[in-house]
Amino acid sequence: MKSLKSHFSLIAALFTILFTVQVYQILDRSISSYEESLRANYSMVVIATSALDEGPIKARFPLVRSLEEISPEKVIKRLEKDMDKTSLGLLRATLPKFYKLSLEHYPQPEEVDMLSSKLMNLKSIKKVESFSQTHDQIYKLLVLYKGVTQIFAFAIFIVTMLLIAKEMRIWQFQHQDRMNIMALFGAPMMLRSAVLFRLAIMDAIIAAILVLITFSIISANGWAEPYFADINIHVDIFNYAKDGFLHFAIALSLSTILASLLILTHKEEV
Amino acid sequence: MDKVIIAKDLTLSYNSNETIINQSSFDINSGDFVFITGASGSGKSTLLKSLYGALPPKKGELSVGGVVLNNISSKKLNFLRRHVGIVFQDYKLIKEWTIEKNVMLPLIISGYAKDVSEVQVQKLLTHVKLNHQLGKYPLELSGGEQQRVAMARALAHNPIIILADEPTGNLDDYSSQVIWNLLEGACTQLKTTVVVVTHHIPETMKLDYKHFHIEYGSIYEVT
Repeated sequence: MKSLKSHFSLIAALFTILFTVQVYQILDRSISSYEESLRANYSMVVIATSALDEGPIKARFPLVRSLEEISPEKVIKRLEKDMDKTSLGLLRATLPKFYKLSLEHYPQPEEVDMLSSKLMNLKSIKKVESFSQTHDQIYKLLVLYKGVTQIFAFAIFIVTMLLIAKEMRIWQFQHQDRMNIMALFGAPMMLRSAVLFRLAIMDAIIAAILVLITFSIISANGWAEPYFADINIHVDIFNYAKDGFLHFAIALSLSTILASLLILTHKEEV
Repeated sequence: MDKVIIAKDLTLSYNSNETIINQSSFDINSGDFVFITGASGSGKSTLLKSLYGALPPKKGELSVGGVVLNNISSKKLNFLRRHVGIVFQDYKLIKEWTIEKNVMLPLIISGYAKDVSEVQVQKLLTHVKLNHQLGKYPLELSGGEQQRVAMARALAHNPIIILADEPTGNLDDYSSQVIWNLLEGACTQLKTTVVVVTHHIPETMKLDYKHFHIEYGSIYEVT
């Protein structure tokens, strides 16, 4: 019973760490997905007196993904009834060029300001319009959540590591007799501590499987989907290959590192 | 005769303030049966600990089975211990393991094949009359039976030396006699060197033995 209790403690501690890691992963993916959606929907409008070439602009400003001319024909068509052909021709000739400027990633406000001012330095560009204000608030809120989660995850990591170290100490006490007896008959360190490693690895695997099951259930019941849909993003709650590997790697590394520390600090009874 | 244990000006202590054994010299030949006696706290068990490398010499020199124990590496110490059988007053059996696995321990450590180990364990448990108990756990046996298991374990890997620390200290007369017979048998039949720390030398001893006594930190041979 005591042994079961100490197993449960280690599994629970490892589970907490892995759960926090996965929550952080989901939040990180949400932000990336939201950034991607913002980037896809976001563009700046550039007004120039003469035609602009996409090539030199892209070469000069790496943030620029594409430069696409906005045809003025729609506006001119609306004026066809009220204006004669000569006036329309004159208008066509004097109308400035409008461009839609798409970016490589969703920009920070400073990047927008910087790009705008640099574009304005070009002779032919008369005006640059950015529309970042409305998207910015949600984005900044998500980034704030990410920062808070990072701090929260770090605090959880420290507390659970201390818990795991305490549990391992109890393990050491439980296994001390056996390890000392084996040492009396000349067992090398690896053989003496084999059980400890076996238990640590077993608990790590159980904790990783429990996290996998938990997030599979969350992912399958679609509980989070409407929330993501509300902000027009799609997020993988649990990626079996990538996240599964990450969790097994973290759980196994932590438990084996702690078991090794425990064995290295073990002193033979004199 | 080969000397299996050599101590030259041996000094033992747990800390710098108190010396337990002070500059004592003695040697033990291969195949000897040796008793070490002394009052409580005289340093008998401390001396035995130094013989299996749990306490390194403070000064002087100590070698067991040709292995010098001064500043011994853990690798060499493990090697030495694989050739030594140890018996304690409190048996020191692994309580989570069956009797069979406990006796098999030195064979597992020495890397014997499983089938060879099983035959050897069966033979030894028959020798100590516990072959019908091999699936049981130590706490299911009496003190005398546990000590017989410890004896079987000490003999399992054909050690060159058996070190016994008060092996009959917790046992009744009958069980004590069984243990003395087993130790005598190991010495006479297997030619194993036996070193026993005890308060009283049994009157029933049939074979010749050496007797060292410890008093005020000195070891001297009683003739």
